[in-house]
Amino acid sequence: MKNRLKLLRAERDWTQANLADQLGVSRQTVNAIEKGKFDPSLPLAFKVARLFDLSIEDIFQDAPTTPA
Amino acid sequence: MNKEIITDMCDSTAQTKKNTKRLFFWSVIWALATAGVGFGPKNLWNFNTWLTIIAVLIHIGLGLGMIRVFKQYLQGLDELQRKIQLDAMALSLGIGLVLGSSYEMLEDIKLIPFEPEIPHLLIMMSLTYVVGTVLGNRKYQ
Repeated sequence: MKNRLKLLRAERDWTQANLADQLGVSRQTVNAIEKGKFDPSLPLAFKVARLFDLSIEDIFQDAPTTPA
Repeated sequence: MNKEIITDMCDSTAQTKKNTKRLFFWSVIWALATAGVGFGPKNLWNFNTWLTIIAVLIHIGLGLGMIRVFKQYLQGLDELQRKIQLDAMALSLGIGLVLGSSYEMLEDIKLIPFEPEIPHLLIMMSLTYVVGTVLGNRKYQ
């Protein structure tokens, strides 16, 4: 899953630690989500969307999988 | 282990740090109680039945307390940290089950001359859990 978290965070001049504090997660989790290594749960995705005042789809985009 | 992995493993909220310290404390106390039950009857109270029963009950009580504290520790983690812990525990349980069952048979089939001991299995599972946690943190760093 792709996301615009890093871009949105940079626009607000927040560090990963700032964002992590506001979301109540560790900086490691914010970093892993930004790098696309970890997909957040639905409650966390909603929390992120509320924080940036956007919809979930505006932040997270499903990356289509290539057929085998 | 590089510095970033250590930083990620220590990266946590104040509540998580507090829970980690509590878990460490309870783990040490439980390990001491385990040693007490193992060595006490022979070396400290000459197999006095009542003292041994009390030591075993204290050991079980501390073990249950440690489980409760570990549960609180897990509940205090965020979802990625919890996933790392779950993966590490799954690895530890799987390795313990597979290698433990083979290890148990080694004496029966005359491949080793000594009787397999449960502490060996516990040590292996503990080490596997630590390795799993490190690998998980490296994967998501």
